[in-house]
Amino acid sequence: MNPSSFEYFAPKRIEEAFDILAKYDGEAKILAGGQSLIPLLKLRLTSIPYVVDISRIEELSYIRESHNELHIGALTTIDDIENSASIRGKYPIIFDAASNIADPLVRNRGTVGGNISHGDPSNDMPAVMLALGAKFTIASARGDRVADADGFFIDTFTTALKYGEILREITIPGRGTHEAGCYMKNKKTAGDFSVAGIAVQIRFNNSGTIEKAGIGMTSVNPKPIRAIKAENYLKGKKVGDSVVREASRLVVSESNPSTDFYGTVEFKKQVLAKIAEDAIYMATDRAEEN
Amino acid sequence: MENVKIRSRVNGKDIESEVEPRKLLVHYIREDLGLTGTHVGCDTSNCGACTVLVDGKAVKSCTMLAVQANGREITTIEGLSRQGKLHPIQEAFLEKHGLQCGYCTSGMIMTSFWLLRKNRNPTEEEIRKNLSGNLCRCTGYQSIVDSITYASKLMKADETEKEGIMVEQ
Repeated sequence: MNPSSFEYFAPKRIEEAFDILAKYDGEAKILAGGQSLIPLLKLRLTSIPYVVDISRIEELSYIRESHNELHIGALTTIDDIENSASIRGKYPIIFDAASNIADPLVRNRGTVGGNISHGDPSNDMPAVMLALGAKFTIASARGDRVADADGFFIDTFTTALKYGEILREITIPGRGTHEAGCYMKNKKTAGDFSVAGIAVQIRFNNSGTIEKAGIGMTSVNPKPIRAIKAENYLKGKKVGDSVVREASRLVVSESNPSTDFYGTVEFKKQVLAKIAEDAIYMATDRAEEN
Repeated sequence: MENVKIRSRVNGKDIESEVEPRKLLVHYIREDLGLTGTHVGCDTSNCGACTVLVDGKAVKSCTMLAVQANGREITTIEGLSRQGKLHPIQEAFLEKHGLQCGYCTSGMIMTSFWLLRKNRNPTEEEIRKNLSGNLCRCTGYQSIVDSITYASKLMKADETEKEGIMVEQ
């Protein structure tokens, strides 16, 4: 299967990419790792007259820590994230998601920025970014702007990125002393998209009460969303069986899955309820170990 | 559409070609370069029969454009043997019956080549996890895993031997 013909550009600087995007007003598409876009082109689910391959813009690939925040360049590959000691140590929620995306070969090409800006409700990084309260730096010819992960995902395959804009960086807020998270997903076969996925990040105070909870969901809604009711419910609580059960019930109440190849609505809700409980316990265990 | 000139190093040899931007890397390797050891299996990024190394990392060449390989180093299954001598991973697949029909084999070997370069002593779990993007429809995974375990031993023996020679010299 071959994509239909297109013209190809491989700028080395982000400013060049802006110029090309501007020249082909509305008709050019950005290619990063290509692990979603190339299959779409091959299956002819889409065709694009102008492809702007940004993968040679080296300044967009980095993992840095500064001012207690974590900065990840949008073109950082999923494999690089999986192998980053600082991410694994401080943000296991990101490691969990990275190490379970598709398969190692796809992770060698796929990028974190692509995973986010594709706007696929089955992609794993959006839920993680919602749970962490991440911020996205969005670059364009007009300069940079910053958007919250919350509000970035507008609809299926639609994000707040406008034509001409390129996701530059993902900024993860600093982690509290008693804070940890986890990402869990249930999939039918190795490398497949999930039936359901959940990202949970919890911050406790010194006496073991939840100060803040962030929860994001994958594959159970037309777009990646937070479970706000469950987040609010958990605030001020101590983790125990009845609290976790109620939080899980609230998570499910905020989901809106549809029946498809991956299962019925009922099945997906049961899967979500189970992984929500498991993920809250796991995040709690990890926070206690900190 | 205009063809694009690309220059890459394939199995140690510098090659310059003109390709259509839409041409997939796997088709460039098979049709333009005649290296048919890299297979097209599912053609939908699932099976890994098309696995090659690009700049040292194993990737699915059906999910990459040939133009994206411009300036990169590509290693295919044909690049593993040295002076007619099979690579230890290839030897191991022969020895441990790591293939039945053989269609997935070059992909299995390239993915394992990548693994064994970064991890000389992988556990069985690491081998299996690393192969999660490579499908074998003869259901021959057990012998494939055995082959890779055996390959890691052969490669270690090779190294010890080389070190021995260096000491003697």
